Amino acid sequence: MSDHVLSDNPTIVPVVEPMNDLTTQSSLARDAWNDMRRNPVFLLSASVVLLMLVMAVWPGLFAGWFGSGDPRQCDLAVSNNGPAPGHPFGFDTQGCDVYANVIHGASASISVGLLVTLFCFVLAVVLGSISGFFGGWYDAVISRISDVFFGFPFLLGALILLTSFSERSIWTVSFVLALLGWPTLARLMRSTVKSVIDVDYVLAARGLGASNWRIITRHILPNAVTPVIVLSTLNIGAFIVAEATLTFLGVGLQYPAISWGLQLSAAQSSFTVSPHLLIFPSLFLGVTVVSFVLLGDVVRDAFDPKLR
Amino acid sequence: MTIAPGTNSTELLSVKNLRVDFFIRKKPIHIVKDVSLTIKANETLVVLGESGSGKSVTSLAVMGLLGSSGAQVTAGEIHFEGVDLLALPANERRKYRGAKISMIFQDALSALNPVQKVGKQILEVIQEHSDLNRQDAHKRVLELMDRVRIPNPAVRFHDFPHQFSGGMRQRIMIAMALAMNPSLLIADEPTTALDVTVQAQIMQLLVDLQRQHHMGLMLITHDLKVAAEVADQIVVMYAGRVVESAPADALYRAPAHPYTAGLLASTPTAQDKGTMLKSIPGTPPSPANAPAGCPFNPRCPRARDICRVEEPPLVSIPGGRTSACHFWEEVLLDETK
Repeated sequence: MSDHVLSDNPTIVPVVEPMNDLTTQSSLARDAWNDMRRNPVFLLSASVVLLMLVMAVWPGLFAGWFGSGDPRQCDLAVSNNGPAPGHPFGFDTQGCDVYANVIHGASASISVGLLVTLFCFVLAVVLGSISGFFGGWYDAVISRISDVFFGFPFLLGALILLTSFSERSIWTVSFVLALLGWPTLARLMRSTVKSVIDVDYVLAARGLGASNWRIITRHILPNAVTPVIVLSTLNIGAFIVAEATLTFLGVGLQYPAISWGLQLSAAQSSFTVSPHLLIFPSLFLGVTVVSFVLLGDVVRDAFDPKLR
Repeated sequence: MTIAPGTNSTELLSVKNLRVDFFIRKKPIHIVKDVSLTIKANETLVVLGESGSGKSVTSLAVMGLLGSSGAQVTAGEIHFEGVDLLALPANERRKYRGAKISMIFQDALSALNPVQKVGKQILEVIQEHSDLNRQDAHKRVLELMDRVRIPNPAVRFHDFPHQFSGGMRQRIMIAMALAMNPSLLIADEPTTALDVTVQAQIMQLLVDLQRQHHMGLMLITHDLKVAAEVADQIVVMYAGRVVESAPADALYRAPAHPYTAGLLASTPTAQDKGTMLKSIPGTPPSPANAPAGCPFNPRCPRARDICRVEEPPLVSIPGGRTSACHFWEEVLLDETK
């Protein structure tokens, strides 16, 4: 430690100056991590989310556990049969292995959930900040545009838009959901920006000469973005459900895609006699959604220094 | 005021005939009217007044921070080191803030960003105004934290505002304000949110730092005791106007305005134990409907007919002072003991 600190005041005990980047840059993240890793809810939800992510990226790792790992290897002779050795979740109407299909279905659902959330989040943060911070014309234009999209009922709007696509992939479904999903978030962002724009520390930062860019990125966004992050993480689950719902209704993903929504959709005609067709995909869907929601909640708490 | 801007080389800030208006349905409401004041290097100017007297608005106008409040400077001049601040484009003016003119606020907890480490917040000020590299800027932050007497700066650098006590937070604010060695520091009631022992420490710190750095200090307060301890010059504001200005010792010896006299008389002392606290009857007028004539007339013990009709101008009186009272001579004579 250099001696300038000691020059005026000899009573100060010299301490080792933590100058390495890990400590100077990310102690908020580190503190949050220290908090979270002792939290059982975090450990549980994070493991499930991690498991689902691995499953989404490398379904082959899991699909083959009980024998037949190929979701498209089907035998009509066993159509709708219940669980059997080597096929723990049974067979679907086409006689395909439900376990392999459920494992492969994670990819579509999670991709849609994450893509839509990411797209909405970016759009909401950018547009919400602009309209909240600069106000005036920016605010008027952005708010009216968001009102237009807000006017559509979410599912009905998605239904109408999606029926106009003849081919529907993960990208088209994500695009439509994001198009209808961002206004709520942008409004929230706008109002939280507006609520911090007049607080004393923003005025103080101005008083010390901070530029608009610095004020937005260092003072307004970190203090305004938390509710948007929370709502976004809650939305991951909601978007996964929305994808499943739309697919169930026949306007989401199409065969030959594999998704939980498609499996549920296929199950609707026969689930009274073959309940395993409904139970296993919805179990995975439910656990994934709940895990994302819980994880979002824990992360929010851990990253908020005010709650410490 | 008596000194014209630019004639004195040590003159830091000169505010002339400043007027700040709020607009309600396009109708201007004068919240600061004809305020003039000057601050020299090394000098402490105390702006004294009740809540709503326009003292904070005056300081915000000097800083150029009125923007978000909806108030506007509609007349007058603000010169800083000879530069006409009001003529500068916004971006040029911003470069003065925090570098040459700095400000500390009343409530340090709300004036610090709750989600950023205090060290980082001081660092930001340095990075905004200089090209120091990371290492040097970091070193400078520790130096500043040490200068405002925060123990263990290297450790405290990484703490968040809520982990500091009220006095320590105000020290952080002071460190931020002093980061670029400003020549003028504006302190808007810096000790109001603190308890009395801490108040004294913070005031002492401010005065020490002012002496070390030869800064001009503009201290805004309603606390007569604080003012008495540190002021060189005092400006008393009432209802958006300057009603009296004087060197501190002269003002405390004999006020030349009934409002100042009332303020001084209402400061309780130990001898007043058991008696009713003295106060000035009535409340300050709302700027939207100030009374005709002298704005203080409804509360003034000396008010006569002329006070209800004619607003007294701020006149220069002997001893380098000014007073805005028709009967300043009478007040001065009665109050001189």
